[in-house]
Amino acid sequence: MSTTVAVLRFPGSLDHDSAARAVEGLGATAVEAWHADAELPEGTDAVLLPGGFSYGDHLRCGAIASRAPIMDAVRRHAEAGGRVVGICNGFQVLCEAGLLPGALRRNATLSFVCRQMDLEVADADTPWTSGLESGSVVSIPIKNNEGAWYGDPASTRVVLRYRDNLLGSTDAVAGVANEAGNVMGLMPHPEEACDALLGSTDGQLVLAGLIA
Amino acid sequence: MSAAASDVPLHRQLGLTDDEAALIPELLGRAPTDPELVMFSLMWSEHCSYKHSKPLLKGFPTSSPRVLQGPGENAGVVDVGDGIAVALKIESHNHPSAVEPFEGAATGVGGIVRDIIAMGARPIALLDSLRFGELTSARSRHLFTRSVAGIGHYGNCIGVPTVGGEVSFDDRYEESCLVNAMCVGVLGPGGILRAAAQGPGNALVLFGNRTGRDGIGGASVLASAELDEGEDKRPSVQVSDPFTERKLMDCCLELAEGGTLVALQDLGAAGLTSAASEMAAKGGVGLDIDLDLVPLRETLAPAEILVSESQERMLAVVLPEKLDAMIAVCRRWDLDATAIGTVTAGENLVARSGGEVVVDLPARLLADDAPVYDVPRVPAPASPPLDPAAIPEPGDLAGAWADLLARPNIASKRWIYERYDHLVGANTIRRPGGDAAVVRLPGSDKAIALTTDCAERHCEIDPRGGGRASVLEAARNLACVGARPIAATDCLNFPNPEKGSTGWRLAEAIAGMAEALTALDVPVVSGNVSLYNESATRSILPTPVVGMMGLLERADSSVGHAFAHPGDVVLLVGDDGVLDASEYAALPGGFLPDIDVSREVAAIEVVLRAAEEGILRSAHDVSDGGLAVALAESAMAGGVGARIAVDPGRRDDEVLFGEGGGRMLVSVAGDAEAERLTALAAGAVRVRRLGEVGGDAVAIAIGPRSVALAIERAREAYERGLPEALA
Repeated sequence: MSTTVAVLRFPGSLDHDSAARAVEGLGATAVEAWHADAELPEGTDAVLLPGGFSYGDHLRCGAIASRAPIMDAVRRHAEAGGRVVGICNGFQVLCEAGLLPGALRRNATLSFVCRQMDLEVADADTPWTSGLESGSVVSIPIKNNEGAWYGDPASTRVVLRYRDNLLGSTDAVAGVANEAGNVMGLMPHPEEACDALLGSTDGQLVLAGLIA
Repeated sequence: MSAAASDVPLHRQLGLTDDEAALIPELLGRAPTDPELVMFSLMWSEHCSYKHSKPLLKGFPTSSPRVLQGPGENAGVVDVGDGIAVALKIESHNHPSAVEPFEGAATGVGGIVRDIIAMGARPIALLDSLRFGELTSARSRHLFTRSVAGIGHYGNCIGVPTVGGEVSFDDRYEESCLVNAMCVGVLGPGGILRAAAQGPGNALVLFGNRTGRDGIGGASVLASAELDEGEDKRPSVQVSDPFTERKLMDCCLELAEGGTLVALQDLGAAGLTSAASEMAAKGGVGLDIDLDLVPLRETLAPAEILVSESQERMLAVVLPEKLDAMIAVCRRWDLDATAIGTVTAGENLVARSGGEVVVDLPARLLADDAPVYDVPRVPAPASPPLDPAAIPEPGDLAGAWADLLARPNIASKRWIYERYDHLVGANTIRRPGGDAAVVRLPGSDKAIALTTDCAERHCEIDPRGGGRASVLEAARNLACVGARPIAATDCLNFPNPEKGSTGWRLAEAIAGMAEALTALDVPVVSGNVSLYNESATRSILPTPVVGMMGLLERADSSVGHAFAHPGDVVLLVGDDGVLDASEYAALPGGFLPDIDVSREVAAIEVVLRAAEEGILRSAHDVSDGGLAVALAESAMAGGVGARIAVDPGRRDDEVLFGEGGGRMLVSVAGDAEAERLTALAAGAVRVRRLGEVGGDAVAIAIGPRSVALAIERAREAYERGLPEALA
């Protein structure tokens, strides 16, 4: 049985199709989970919150999505130890939902930035970095406007750090996990780095955390 | 529409000429109602009717075995094989962007995206062709940075990657900037949707955003008259809502795939008037609309509802039995959807308000029967060659080279494209910064390459030559990534065609473009005309922007412009350049040699064949800044330099920085490959061996003289140029 990954879809989600393709490239099955539903699709093993502009980023990025009906089901899934990854807007949603520590603020550049970035593995002891060594570097692009993580690194499981802290994250944080490690969020887009034709396959190493 | 309290007749306030106003009652057999007159004024504007350009556009080649839909629909569609069809179109949003650059540029993107959606296609790429005044002007910096912000905001929020485009800065655009947006989409399994309304009794459904006062009069007040200083036209600019556009896109694609729609049309310039009259006229049917049913944001008069340019709205024809299902899909996407009328058996567009008929006229009068004018064709006097003394030859050629790399027209456009999500969708194989973007066609082994180009300085001196040059440069950019050109879309940006030599320039540019397109066997499948880009003191350079699409049968076979390996052989395909009309000379006027179209097409074919045979390590179009800039760009991209030797010409700076000649700079793995490439030229195309890749500088020997530029110095200048000009 292959792993079934529920890819959430909010109004304004943009990266659900490429995330689903990336997940299927790892041998998993991707299914859509609709924002207005109260339950994850039957047989969901892991959950992916894709990038985009959920609900138009109105109020605050991720704020409205964090209160969507589907998020109660995501919370129960996470509390039961299920794997959850939030990418970009999905990371913002998980922070707003309190499933991950910290918050995402406006980039220090005061602009949207789309750029390939080098990320250093800060914690190799998570499902999302199990194929990587601490200190090793992966190349994954960012594309966001509010991507500067703000929080307390001392009390946070920092998973990935930028080599070039362009966005002005606290302690150059690019991705964090919850204490248990089963929930992770990152601003870079691993689904955009799962194909040699597009320049990098390093994203597969991160998304492999979805596969039990 | 402050119609009252004026001695000026209503038709003139609306932009209709006295002759046009006199023609309307003749066609109708009665005097028009006020709403009808407003509708005529918009539909008979240049922006909607192409009344000054229609006869000239007939010169373009528009057919090839690949063309599934040529000009005349919301977008053109071409067959790329394997059952995949691709829609493409470019459109201007110049005047709105000059008034309010953020919203103007943003809604320009929104409009072109809806044109693609209306064909039943999923948008997969955007490009933008931009022109502004010099960045030394505070006004131009404002227009430029806010336009880029608007394009980024819209494109990023709807999740369509902005993969390419171009920008240049010239004082001639100081008061009339150009914002042209191009969109490309892939047709869904439902096939091509068209705008023609069909089937009397079918429902007419308006869906998407509610209708408000924004954009009223946009088509006539903004797009078809010269902009005058101090006149406040801000209320006519539309307001963007990309979040709703994304929902509208997802909703339309779901409807198209489900076969729910008989016809689909977006609401753009002239709003409901344009959409309804075009749908009715194309289908040869009538439409009966109850304006009281249109969902409104605020109280509007019937005429205002008819011409509002509120964004993110679509109009569909639906079978009555599918109406409920269609509305349910819209509701799922949180979109308003309302049946506002029905298709009728006649040919009249009827609009009712408060139970009374306020409009009742044949739709074709609005959509097809605008008067057509022949523009005066007064040739401009020929321009003499540049006086060499006007350009003192620099003692420090390397310094001049670095300075050129830092000029905003040549410098890296990273400042722009990093503000755009150029990756979303995970199909971008070649990102911005090269000759053309390469985008994988989802679910296939194929990819398309996309570029926009225009040789406006050339067009000013010699519009026919400039028209040829614009098309050929686009084709060279595609060839350099290894893509065979298959279709074009064009956006003809010109000043007032009724004045001076503009009409002649327009006709000549179109003729030149048509010659090159015909020689390349590339049809024009869609396009747009933007005239009246002038103010009391300045008129724009003739700017016929060419958007061109190429096809790569294998997505993994594309070529980049970066020098790859030390020892690779560097070759130049094509002829010599000149300083006239070059970025380096930066002087008006000059004389350009006639472009030999067949010779340049043959050079393009050599590079294409070399790419298809897999012998190219790199390829790069030699354009602004000439050979020296092209060499520096290939060196910077690859992080490795080159040792080059060239023959002296009239002057060393002309050899380095001269432009034209239809040139492409390529590198190949070794002498055997160099010989293969030379053999492809078969003597009909000039191929010169320039030297070898290697080192950390580009070193050029011009006869006995040598000049070198370290990659590091080149990069510093190239990356500094645009941010410094904006600081």
